[in-house]
Amino acid sequence: MKNKIWVYAEQVESALDRVTLELLTKARDLAKALKGDTEIAAVLLGKNVKRLCETLADYGTDVIYVGESDALELYNPILYSRLITDLVKQEDPDILLFGATAIGSELGPTVAAQLKTGVAAHCVDIRINEKGLMVASVPSFGGKILGEILCPDNRPQMASVKPGIFLQGEKEPKEPAIHWLDTTELQPEKLSLKAIRIERKALAGVPLDKADVVFCGGYGIGTKENWDKLETLASRVGGAAASTRPVVDEGWAPGEEVMVGTSGKSIRPKAYVGFGISGATHHVCGMKDSGLVISVNKDDKAPVFEVSDFNIVADATKVLDLLMEKIQ
Amino acid sequence: MALNIIVCIKPVPDPQYYDKVSIDPQTKRITREGIPTIINPVDKNGIEAALQLKKTYGGKVTVITMAPPNAVENLREALAMGADEAVLLSDRAFGGADTLATSYTLAKGIEKIGEFDVIFCGVESADGATAQVASQLGEWLGIPHLWNVFSLENLEEKTMRVKTKIENGSMEWEVNLPCLFGVARQLNKPRFISAMGIIKAKSKPLATWGKNDLIVEDARLGLTGSPTKAGEIYTPDLRRKGELLSGPLDEIVDTVIEKLRTAGITIRTASTSCSAGEGGA
Repeated sequence: MKNKIWVYAEQVESALDRVTLELLTKARDLAKALKGDTEIAAVLLGKNVKRLCETLADYGTDVIYVGESDALELYNPILYSRLITDLVKQEDPDILLFGATAIGSELGPTVAAQLKTGVAAHCVDIRINEKGLMVASVPSFGGKILGEILCPDNRPQMASVKPGIFLQGEKEPKEPAIHWLDTTELQPEKLSLKAIRIERKALAGVPLDKADVVFCGGYGIGTKENWDKLETLASRVGGAAASTRPVVDEGWAPGEEVMVGTSGKSIRPKAYVGFGISGATHHVCGMKDSGLVISVNKDDKAPVFEVSDFNIVADATKVLDLLMEKIQ
Repeated sequence: MALNIIVCIKPVPDPQYYDKVSIDPQTKRITREGIPTIINPVDKNGIEAALQLKKTYGGKVTVITMAPPNAVENLREALAMGADEAVLLSDRAFGGADTLATSYTLAKGIEKIGEFDVIFCGVESADGATAQVASQLGEWLGIPHLWNVFSLENLEEKTMRVKTKIENGSMEWEVNLPCLFGVARQLNKPRFISAMGIIKAKSKPLATWGKNDLIVEDARLGLTGSPTKAGEIYTPDLRRKGELLSGPLDEIVDTVIEKLRTAGITIRTASTSCSAGEGGA
């Protein structure tokens, strides 16, 4: 029998979330590790999403299940979960992967509850063991501990993965079979939950998860002025500014969209320079895959120095001011 | 319109101390000795949301948790914040539950409490951080649910306007009661406990229910009812070389710029543009 690995192809306003391609890349690895014939499928729901099939085909899908309807224009957990659950019951995939985006973090467990199966949440690694079972590594205690999660007896074996955890691989184009879901019966206006509208912020500058260099501030930067310096430096070198939780809480940074860590973004820039960051596990978990890591902290015992390539024991403000002087 | 409001909370080891969590090399179990157990921080936003709703519309706030017996202390704290009643679901049979079994047990506890209009959960727990219990509890109860709620308004005629955070933006919803919300910390600022609150909490009802007090299928409880099984646990090794850059700060900063360039970052510096200017002259 054919192994089936499925990826939920998340789109918002007809744009695929990057995590979809990261998951399809991982699905190819898993397919290679499974014995026998394996089929990779994507589930794509929305309005005007047909053209996204080309991208999904480029990333090696054998099958695409498309649910296209005006009723699916805005994400709705009731409509979306029922379509996915019905499809899973019909096709019986072995593995089902979701992005741990805001939408995926709701949709994944909702589908799992309907199917009475298990989800490994926010995985940092997924592999296939000698028995052909999916083994997912999930962080707990802010990333201090990693635990393996298996779902031996129920199907599908589900997992969610945050954007930026897995790398997006090269294209491996295929010519997938496209299956259209029946969306004629959908009646969103009759549901107890109605999506009214979506608002998206236009982001200034280089997005944090695409930046080659990230200047990151912790509580030790001390002031909003120093946060502004991080933004200025970042804009001068085509990078992005990021922060830890306290900097968002203090109101120095604009909001959680710049936050790096277990409850924020996971980044892997070529270079990361941290200022006034103590090195709490919650934060380190989100930046550990950076290329070069340089840390500035006035406390020479700051735990961040253990997870950095180069350490500078100095006042963050002084270093920032010198960088502002030197970098144009 | 009086509301029956339920808040699910989870006692967790205080996240401030997670750097001290380790794995005992002998027993291979997680050791968290000396770390205080607190109400999961974002669950307090759920309590606050409930108390604010009650203030506006009247009604009753019941907090519920599934936890070991000593969670009574955390429930007393929730009562001291202003909740009216508390329920502890505690039984050996509930142990080892994953999110599916936990949400099932909570659902059965809530069904025993009786009628409800709104249920609040925090978006995720600080320790396990799966962020799954809220959505799954909504499914077991068969009610509409939303996760990552940061704004609640306009409760009219048993419908509510709600906003949820998504990547780089938000969505707005209209939802009929009864419903469940997984709330984000941006929703509100949880109140502090007053001395009067602590005194009042002592006389508020706090019930403890075990398996036999609930109408449950045993096969859905605890470890047995959990489709996910735990494998190995380990501590990731994130150490790097940690080479100290020393010398005058000015030179250190020059070194930083050089290292960034070596890493592939294009940087224009004052000195390079200056020397180019001199060359031209």
